Amino acid sequence: MSRVASTVKAFFLWDFVSAFFLTMRYFFAPKVTVNYPYEKGPLSPRFRGEHALRRYPSGEERCIACKLCEAVCPALAITIEAEPREDGSRRTTRYDIDMTKCIYCGFCQEACPVDAIVLGPNFEFTTETREELFYDKAKLLDNGDRWEREIAKNLELDAPYR
Amino acid sequence: MLPTIAFYLFSGIAVGSGLMMISARNPVHSVLYLILAFFSSAGLFVLLGAEFLAMLLVVVYVGAVAVLFLFVVMMLDIDFVQLRQGMMQNLPASATVGLILLAELILAFTARNGAGETAEKVAEVAPMAEQTANTNALGQIIYTDYFFMFQTAGLILLVAMIGAIVLTLRHREGVRRQNISEQVNRDPKEAVVLTNPRPGQGL
Amino acid sequence: MEALANFFATPFGVFLIIVGQVLALLVTLLILLAFLLLADRKIWAAVMMRRGPNVVGPFGLLQSFADFFKFIFKEIVVPAGANKGVYFIAPILTFTLAAAAWAVVPVGDGWVISDINVGILYIFAISSLGVYGIIMGGWASNSKYPFLGGLRSAAQMVSYEVSIGFIIVTVLLWAGSMNLSEIVEAQRQSNWFIATPLFPMFVVFFISALAETNRPPFDLPEAESELVAGYQVEYGSTPYLLFMIGEYLNIVLMCAMTTILFLGGWLPPIKALGFIPGPVWFLIKVCMVFFMFAMVKAMVPRYRYDQLMRLGWKVFLPLSLAWVILISGIVTYVPALPVLK
Repeated sequence: MSRVASTVKAFFLWDFVSAFFLTMRYFFAPKVTVNYPYEKGPLSPRFRGEHALRRYPSGEERCIACKLCEAVCPALAITIEAEPREDGSRRTTRYDIDMTKCIYCGFCQEACPVDAIVLGPNFEFTTETREELFYDKAKLLDNGDRWEREIAKNLELDAPYR
Repeated sequence: MLPTIAFYLFSGIAVGSGLMMISARNPVHSVLYLILAFFSSAGLFVLLGAEFLAMLLVVVYVGAVAVLFLFVVMMLDIDFVQLRQGMMQNLPASATVGLILLAELILAFTARNGAGETAEKVAEVAPMAEQTANTNALGQIIYTDYFFMFQTAGLILLVAMIGAIVLTLRHREGVRRQNISEQVNRDPKEAVVLTNPRPGQGL
Repeated sequence: MEALANFFATPFGVFLIIVGQVLALLVTLLILLAFLLLADRKIWAAVMMRRGPNVVGPFGLLQSFADFFKFIFKEIVVPAGANKGVYFIAPILTFTLAAAAWAVVPVGDGWVISDINVGILYIFAISSLGVYGIIMGGWASNSKYPFLGGLRSAAQMVSYEVSIGFIIVTVLLWAGSMNLSEIVEAQRQSNWFIATPLFPMFVVFFISALAETNRPPFDLPEAESELVAGYQVEYGSTPYLLFMIGEYLNIVLMCAMTTILFLGGWLPPIKALGFIPGPVWFLIKVCMVFFMFAMVKAMVPRYRYDQLMRLGWKVFLPLSLAWVILISGIVTYVPALPVLK
């Protein structure tokens, strides 16, 4: 009996008809995707996005050229050269990150004793050429200035769990 | 004026692609030229007012037969050097066959034209296109005057088809086949058995 | 005024009129196609609860035009081992044939470029030629995936053409004509053919049309999970665009064929709605059939190749053949049939 019923069902394409109504229900269901460029999903304070070099509130750059980040970087993306500045403090003369090599592991941020290099919340930094992804010190400091408020807030939010 | 231009266009393409077909180095190109020749002869049929025949030529020869040609030729791994080696040996025989065919064609056409009553003969057999549609006219001839020949042709094709199937059909042992109706008709209630085995005992 | 009328009666004038008609049809068709392409993507997205393209223009309405320009301005890359001539002829052939088939499609009462007696056979012939574009493209790319895609499509399209042929035979037996305009006329005199014993053929025709145009669930020639993109793998830029436009023109053609053969072409569903012009009805019906094409893509998983062949040869062919016999029996013994004597 069930065999006859299923044959009749198959002959009248019952499965396809019911599938049509099922898909039509989903057709009018609310969309689950985010309307991306205009809407964005929430980001964790620990989100590891584009790098930034931070400054102290006085405007002095934090980085002391200890080269711990360069040493810990598993992708060898960071290159640092350092010299004493005129006032005798040790500062970097060159701080390059090759963003095409970086794997966004966040070890540099973990290693940094002065919270100078951080991975900020920005993930929209595509470029049209490869060269633009070889970040130098000026670019990184610029990122730091631009994202300081968000970075500081994220660090503060994450601080209790460190 | 326009039909004349169209006639010379189609026949020119047909002859040209026929020549290209036998002279092309790549066999796939040959088949493609063959298709072009078929297609332009279909165009010639249309010019003659035989649109049904033209469409059938395209559907059957171009749409089905030539596709299979192309299929086979594309799958073959042809060694051109080897192919050219036999050329000189076979040339006399093939040239003879070609010449005989040509002579026969010329003879047939001159004899027919010599009779001088082709048009009347055609008119006698075929209901003219002005009165009935092309397809109807064809049907009226095929299913009355030439009924037995038509059916015999059909039977011959049927025999050829059955022969081809018999020659290629093999029943091998141990081949697992899909039985779709059986799969579809499986009842989930019978397919799954739920048990509650005690620990350490298994089923 | 009279001089103008005289001019259009000369052969050159007639030629100009035909060129004008062709251009009008093609331009309308291509613009319609741009929106149908978008509709296809939007419908698919909606079933998946996605948004679909919505950035270019209001509701993404201009997306297809943006894609068009993107394809036009891309560089044409030809594979090193490709057979150049055939490689470029293939997409042009696909596009030309798909467009040429539209010459006999009546979109309204008398709205047809060439009202030939064997219109239905002409469309059948042209669509059976369409397979060459795909085979040639697959072969000329000189690459494995395109070649496999080309072979698959050749076997698939030849198989489903057989059942489409028989379905067309049932329709023209019932209508008593091979002229597309007269078939629609026959549906005005009796029912639409979908409401006759031809209904099962409507279903079979719809499914065969999916297979004939390589639409999902029968898109094995371009199955992305097996063949990357099948016969289109090595194509980019304008040649790819031509392939895609040709493919969608074929899809719309099949929708138009379904409309003409079974859904009453340009006829309104009830007489009271007759004040709306025929071409509008035609467009509405084509869009509805296209909606079903798009929904099938969203709701049916892809067939396996042997299942596809089984469906074509072991289910559709016997069914449509049996229906040819049944319909010719009915037409012989019912005095009112065929509709057009």
